[in-house]
Amino acid sequence: MIKEIALIIVSVVFVNNFVLSKFLGLCPFLGVSQKTSSAMGMGVAVTFVMTLSSAITWIVYNFILLPGDANIIAKVFPSIRELGLIEVLKTISYILVIATLVQLVEMMLRKMVPTLYESLGIYLPLITTNCAVLGVALLNTTDSPRQLGFLHATVQGFGAGIGFTVAMLLMSGIRERLALVNIPQPLRGLPIAFICTGLMALAFFGFSGMVQ
Amino acid sequence: MTEQSNLKEFTKGIVQYNPLFVLVLGLCPSLAVTTSVKNGVAMGGAATFVLICSNFIISIVRSFIPREIRIPCFIVIIAAFVTMVELLMKAYLPPELNASLGIFIPLIVVNCIIMYRAESFAYKNKPLVSILDGAGLGLGWTLSLCLVSIIREALGAGTIFGLKVSESYQPASVMIMAPGAFIVLGLLLGFFNWRKLRKSETSMKAHMKHD
Repeated sequence: MIKEIALIIVSVVFVNNFVLSKFLGLCPFLGVSQKTSSAMGMGVAVTFVMTLSSAITWIVYNFILLPGDANIIAKVFPSIRELGLIEVLKTISYILVIATLVQLVEMMLRKMVPTLYESLGIYLPLITTNCAVLGVALLNTTDSPRQLGFLHATVQGFGAGIGFTVAMLLMSGIRERLALVNIPQPLRGLPIAFICTGLMALAFFGFSGMVQ
Repeated sequence: MTEQSNLKEFTKGIVQYNPLFVLVLGLCPSLAVTTSVKNGVAMGGAATFVLICSNFIISIVRSFIPREIRIPCFIVIIAAFVTMVELLMKAYLPPELNASLGIFIPLIVVNCIIMYRAESFAYKNKPLVSILDGAGLGLGWTLSLCLVSIIREALGAGTIFGLKVSESYQPASVMIMAPGAFIVLGLLLGFFNWRKLRKSETSMKAHMKHD
């Protein structure tokens, strides 16, 4: 059991890192990675939202969207038992779950950790439109090659968040040093950040083959 | 509203406000689907459809949406059109194209370009100009996706639109994979910066001569 969980985490953090090999969550990755402290805060907030949203979207998928006897809505409207609601309600229900969760996290942080809330500022509501959060929900449910269990889906969400945080921290370390270096004028800012990300992605290829 | 300013609303999205190279928005799909020109065009088309429709609907209902809850309203409207485009693509496009676009079709919901235009243009403007604005930015994005994917496909697979570039070229498959995407986009952004810098330099020199 523990071995399986460790395997999922290693695979999603290093081998299939969401930012560096799946191109998910690039906007906050490039937008918030100028300082290590804000990168860390963003990473923690995204990890928290991702873990919770993976758990909740798994429940929504298995008990509301999938056709079959477990479907709750089918108990009221029998015709849904055969068809399910995946095709029509998948995107809308997931994005609503995520938006609600982000709002919840925002309220909790404001009440409990006001300093972190202040430092995250505008980036907190932007987690809603972070495609890594919706991406992991889709990869856990509809776009997964096989049916995942509840624990597996949640751990995968958590691991994806950790992988995002690791990539952000590495990138912010590089960019803090890049600020002091003499870079050719046209490449300053985003272009050099992209090239660094490319080299990092190349380095992360070294992990491929570690987990099947 | 003259015809000329309508035309300007349409053309500004292609060069002046190019979503990928000037605004640098919508990065995730721009890098993920540009492995071949076919994928790039399909993705651009799908996003343009959603952008035009959501701009149109949002600008129609903009007076009924309270300011405080406008973002959730936008998301629900956009999600409805994304579901439509997903079902349409499943019905009419070849399955292997759908498979290679994968989760990036439902992820159009969180594409920053669409949200950005909804918030900063469609929420403040009339339906007709909003449609033109959406069409222009969508076309601009599709063209930039084509540019990135032509470079990546030519270098990484040795083909353009499935046609072989040269008999003797050995494809460097790293360009199709993740690192190639980042490096190509970085260099392209650098190239456009360089052109802009050179243009402002020459115009400054001309200005000085004039004085």
